[in-house]
Amino acid sequence: MDFLQTFKIALRALRTNKMRSFLTMLGIIIGIAAVIAMMAVGSGASYVISQQIASIGSNIILVIPGSTTSGGLRMGSGGSQTLTSDDVRAVMAECPSVLRASGTTRSTSQVVYGNMNWSTIVMGAAPELFDIREWPVVSGRSIGQQDMEGGAKVCLLGQTVAENLFGGDDPVGKMVRIKKIPFTVIGVLERKGQSPQGTDQDDTVFVPLRTAQVKLSRSSFPNSIGAMIVQARSEQLLDKAEEEIKNLLNQRHRITAGKEPDFSTRNLSEILAVAEQSSKAMSLLLGAVASISLIVGGIGIMNIMLVSVTERTREIGIRMAIGARRNDILLQFMTEAVLLTLIGGLIGICLGAGGALIVSHILEWPTLISIESITIAFFFSGAVGIFFGFYPARKAAGLNPIDALRYE
Amino acid sequence: MSTVISLSDIRRVFIMGDQQFEALKGVSFSIESGEFVAIMGASGSGKSTCMNILGCLDRPTSGDYLLDGLGVANMNQDQLAEIRNRKLGFVFQGFNLLARTPAVENVELPLVYAGRSSRERRARAMAALEQVGLQGKEYNHTSQLSGGQQQRVAIARALVNDPAVILADEPTGNLDSTTSDEIMNLFTSLNRQGITIIMVTHEADVAAYAGRRITFRDGRIIDDTRG
Ligand SMILES: Nc1ncnc2c1ncn2[C@@H]1O[C@H](COP(=O)(O)OP(=O)(O)OP(=O)(O)O)[C@@H](O)[C@H]1O
Ligand SMILES: [Mg+2]
Repeated sequence: MDFLQTFKIALRALRTNKMRSFLTMLGIIIGIAAVIAMMAVGSGASYVISQQIASIGSNIILVIPGSTTSGGLRMGSGGSQTLTSDDVRAVMAECPSVLRASGTTRSTSQVVYGNMNWSTIVMGAAPELFDIREWPVVSGRSIGQQDMEGGAKVCLLGQTVAENLFGGDDPVGKMVRIKKIPFTVIGVLERKGQSPQGTDQDDTVFVPLRTAQVKLSRSSFPNSIGAMIVQARSEQLLDKAEEEIKNLLNQRHRITAGKEPDFSTRNLSEILAVAEQSSKAMSLLLGAVASISLIVGGIGIMNIMLVSVTERTREIGIRMAIGARRNDILLQFMTEAVLLTLIGGLIGICLGAGGALIVSHILEWPTLISIESITIAFFFSGAVGIFFGFYPARKAAGLNPIDALRYE
Repeated sequence: MSTVISLSDIRRVFIMGDQQFEALKGVSFSIESGEFVAIMGASGSGKSTCMNILGCLDRPTSGDYLLDGLGVANMNQDQLAEIRNRKLGFVFQGFNLLARTPAVENVELPLVYAGRSSRERRARAMAALEQVGLQGKEYNHTSQLSGGQQQRVAIARALVNDPAVILADEPTGNLDSTTSDEIMNLFTSLNRQGITIIMVTHEADVAAYAGRRITFRDGRIIDDTRG
């Protein structure tokens, strides 16, 4: 018997009991829809996270003053003022695996333009920072070396600051006041979006590091910096660069073996690894939910197929009497079960994708519906049909034709 | 004339728990091509048991069965299915048609399992339905047909694969006497066209249509008369 015929017979059998077929599929429909929707939302989430991590820049090492290990009465990290601009210069000069480095300072301040004012973060940064963070200006120019050396009173605005102080106007060339000191806006930075910690990275004003140290800081150590951002030459050199920085700074700060260093380093690939791990855990959870719902759906299919075999015993007897082989009967009931789960799977895929789109629309949360997840869901629903359809189909094929013909 | 069926010393023992029952106690006969045979006998005498063996639906406990020259007694289930499909046509007392299925598709069914193309199936099924006088009813669902018409569909289904023998177990058992006569006239005309028919019946007037009557009692043949 050819497959087309088997397919037609199965389709007719399903059509004869439309309502029952639909109810039988429901388990698979819900299971597959849930899987598709959750995978879409989940991969949307990990896309957002990877975008945010990428927004920091690649191959980055963060050096901050103080120790991360809380020993005795030490202050928390960043609490001391031990890192200086000289350290940055030394790292750039003496660590071969380091591509660029920039010191930064950070303070919160009111920025005033005309009668508008906006409380924001004012960061001091070297020109290198904008290369490290791959953060160009959209208008005007970025901070240059001459701004650094001269301690020029110029600044770059993040998008959020520009919008809040200038509305639609072009801020370039205008004068703003930071801590009552007038600064000329030389450029507006490209939009960067949220950081992995959830803060708005565009709510920042950048001034040359030297200017921040000399004009804005009230510190008695004008050479000190809040943090150092270092970019390694490549991903492979990330760990090596970190090692070189540690050795150099230990030497410069006279940290002998056994003494706790007065700085700490953080490698951004560690953050990446954590994010990866949590997305792995997420997909494991999704897989578990998917398996359970599909097993439940599959048991429903098996149940109904067993009922169907009993109900159609006489039909099976007729088919056997006029020449159906065991395999023909087996295949017919398997086809029915697989057709049930595949149709259910397709409906589930549509519902799941639709649901994910609605969620992403309402929550403004990106969702990614991958061809991969659709293919997996489709074949998985087929596999459920094969697995749970086999036992009822074998029962049908094993019937004795005489008994089956006599069945009332 | 060639021999279509040859049974020699067929025994069939049913085992139910620790009880045994010998429904056929050494049955032997042969049937030539083109014969019309009625099998008669009291209830429980073993007629249906014998028909099931003839129809390759059941296997004898011992004895030899040659169908169209083939020894079928020791064939496996799938081989028997193929024999049923190619060499036999069945007509049952209860019609045994597929419900909610058009007449023509019921008739096509043996050809489906024979792997014929859909065009050939349709053509042969239409011809078989015409042969049994059901022109115009081809696309009616079986539930829309009368008992006599349903039995005609069953006969068309039995005919469609050009079988060596048509086996009918009480084909008129569910029909009134007028319809029975119509069905028997159909059988007679098919037999005149050369088709071999073996039919079980309780009724003497139905058996009168056949050219040969074999009578069973307690699992044995007690009478075999022609004419
Ligand atoms: N599967 C079976 N298991 C046990 N005994 C059986 C089985 N099939 C038939 N028998 C017994 O074999 C005997 C013959 O049965 P069979 O059906 O051949 O009778 P029959 O001649 O067709 O009767 P009827 O005219 O009532 O149809 C009966 O006594 C019956 O009880
Ligand atoms: Mg009987």
